Amino acid sequence: MDKGFSPVGLRVLVVDDDPTWLKILEKMLKKCSYEVTTCGLAREALRLLRERKDGYDIVISDVNMPDMDGFKLLEHVGLELDLPVIMMSVDGETKRVMKGVQHGACDYLLKPIRMKELKIIWQHVLRKKLQEVRDIEGCYEGGADWFTRNDEAHLLGGGGEDVSFGRKRKEFDFEKKLLLQDESDPSSSSSKKARVVWSFELHQKFVNAVNQIGCDHKAGPKKILDLMNVPWLTRENVASHLQKYRLYLSRLEKGKELKCYSGGVKNMDLPPKGSEFSSVHQSPGKNSYAFSGGSSDPKQLASSSVSDPSSDVHMPPKAKKTRVEFDPPISSSCAFDSLLSWSDVPDPLESKPQILYGSSFLQQQPLPSQSPYVANSAPTLMEQEMKPSYETSVNADEFLMPQDKNSTVILQDLDLSAPSAISSINVTNDTESILRSLSWELPESHHSGFIDTDLDFSWLQNEHFLANTGLQNFQLQDYSCSPSLLSELPPHLWFGNEPDEYTLMVDHGLFIS
Amino acid sequence: MNTVVAKLQRQFQDYLVSLYQQGFLDNQFTELRKLQDEGTPDFVAEVVSLFFDDCSKLINSMSRSLERPENVDFKQVDSGVHQLKGSSSSVGARRVKNVCISFKECCDVQNREGCLRCLQQVDYEYKMLKTKLQDLFNLEQQIVQAGGAIPQVNIN
Repeated sequence: MDKGFSPVGLRVLVVDDDPTWLKILEKMLKKCSYEVTTCGLAREALRLLRERKDGYDIVISDVNMPDMDGFKLLEHVGLELDLPVIMMSVDGETKRVMKGVQHGACDYLLKPIRMKELKIIWQHVLRKKLQEVRDIEGCYEGGADWFTRNDEAHLLGGGGEDVSFGRKRKEFDFEKKLLLQDESDPSSSSSKKARVVWSFELHQKFVNAVNQIGCDHKAGPKKILDLMNVPWLTRENVASHLQKYRLYLSRLEKGKELKCYSGGVKNMDLPPKGSEFSSVHQSPGKNSYAFSGGSSDPKQLASSSVSDPSSDVHMPPKAKKTRVEFDPPISSSCAFDSLLSWSDVPDPLESKPQILYGSSFLQQQPLPSQSPYVANSAPTLMEQEMKPSYETSVNADEFLMPQDKNSTVILQDLDLSAPSAISSINVTNDTESILRSLSWELPESHHSGFIDTDLDFSWLQNEHFLANTGLQNFQLQDYSCSPSLLSELPPHLWFGNEPDEYTLMVDHGLFIS
Repeated sequence: MNTVVAKLQRQFQDYLVSLYQQGFLDNQFTELRKLQDEGTPDFVAEVVSLFFDDCSKLINSMSRSLERPENVDFKQVDSGVHQLKGSSSSVGARRVKNVCISFKECCDVQNREGCLRCLQQVDYEYKMLKTKLQDLFNLEQQIVQAGGAIPQVNIN
């Protein structure tokens, strides 16, 4: 008997040209008690979606469709309807996955798809709603984003047993919202400004300006603003966007690095429970990359670039067995280390942000160390960063912040011959340029890192798919218990217990029980 | 009467296990069987039937693409292989899927001869699987007709 929470009646639209898969997915989704509509063509899917704008909660689509590229469909859905979209494919090639990221997919599932993976898709819907609420409220603070990611990690930690994380599936969450309200900026804290929608074009201008300035000089918001030449944009807008962008870039960096190292760590040693919560964000002026991506200690990263990761990351032998052997060091990590002063970064394992209610969030873990992924992704990521193809949306900016991907992707049956050790991937040049760009002056703002507890969650009750029965399965946790410490860690590390339990870290004030 | 059922059940179990052991099926097939319930007792049979139809269709179209040596549409073949791979992964048709992997490699290097060989092999494999599964379903039917229940088989 499968445990776990699945909102009843979640309206899912499945798009796949493979009739076999369509039938199977339909059955699986029905077993999750979702309301399923199937569709064999992308155009048909779009038609259905447009016909009933509010008729679906989430779309799951295969990447390869005969009449329209799955990514195009993804774009359309994201742009026009702002629905969460999950991509599926039998192909797990990193390039494609990244493409999914860039086009705004909230997840990318590898076929064959497991029940467990479908059981948690509701979390994407919830997360999106949460983000919308936050946007609307306009009282978002940069740190809140941080917390959401952590909370979501908890939710999705239960998304599968350890084994499933070690399976072929790749789970990763894509940070899509770019929040521009810079609450801590003194000039804006008093009043709520109109939100700036960072459209694709606007973001392009931003990135172009940033690139123009180059990494040699310190690219500050003022300079970027000048270059962008957008009259209505303020320095504050740019500053806050810049900070997100940096975070995003460094997440990508971490993601690439961590891909090498994580690989299925099941029972990583946990830090002592007595850790306090400290503010995640450093004071301005320091390079603070102490955000969670479920990343391990950056120091570890740096050091493990030259040594076998298992010595630094405590990988139990058991877990390692299931992983393909890899040759971890990536030149980028060395570069990374040299450019940033890690001493300023608190040990992520020890300082955890306060855990608040989070919506769906898939694995924060980076992709596993399978060399093809790393080899393919590193340069690709670099390229993509420089030429982001972020989709725009009507009510929100789609700033893609790929989270670190799940560390344990194993392609089905390991049919691929074991990849040879990663030859030194020459990503140094690209990496360095990115990294140099990260040493831009930080904006004045700093974040308190707490979600405004006044967020109105009443909408939760109104959401038809949250069945009462389902809600009872939520476990309210209090902050003092150990899971809060685990926010930094990839969910599968600390989620060593019953795989199907979904525990939510809940701010009591927010969540409706 | 019971012994008849028990015997059939045993037969069924052994046969199914052998299919896994011989690499015809993988874990996905197990998952499929799990999805089957009282409401949809023929679920697995229906799904594999769809799969075999799909195989036949894809193989035919790829065959056409590979027909003339001077004018091979490798793109189309590649697309077909991809679809076949996806499809085979849906039912757990392990051998078929494995051929697809080699098939794709031949496509990538535009090796027509290699492609033709793979095509032949994939054709053989899916037909073989079809036969095997047919036998399996027959056994199932016999069990049901004899008043027994289909055993849950655990494959490790």
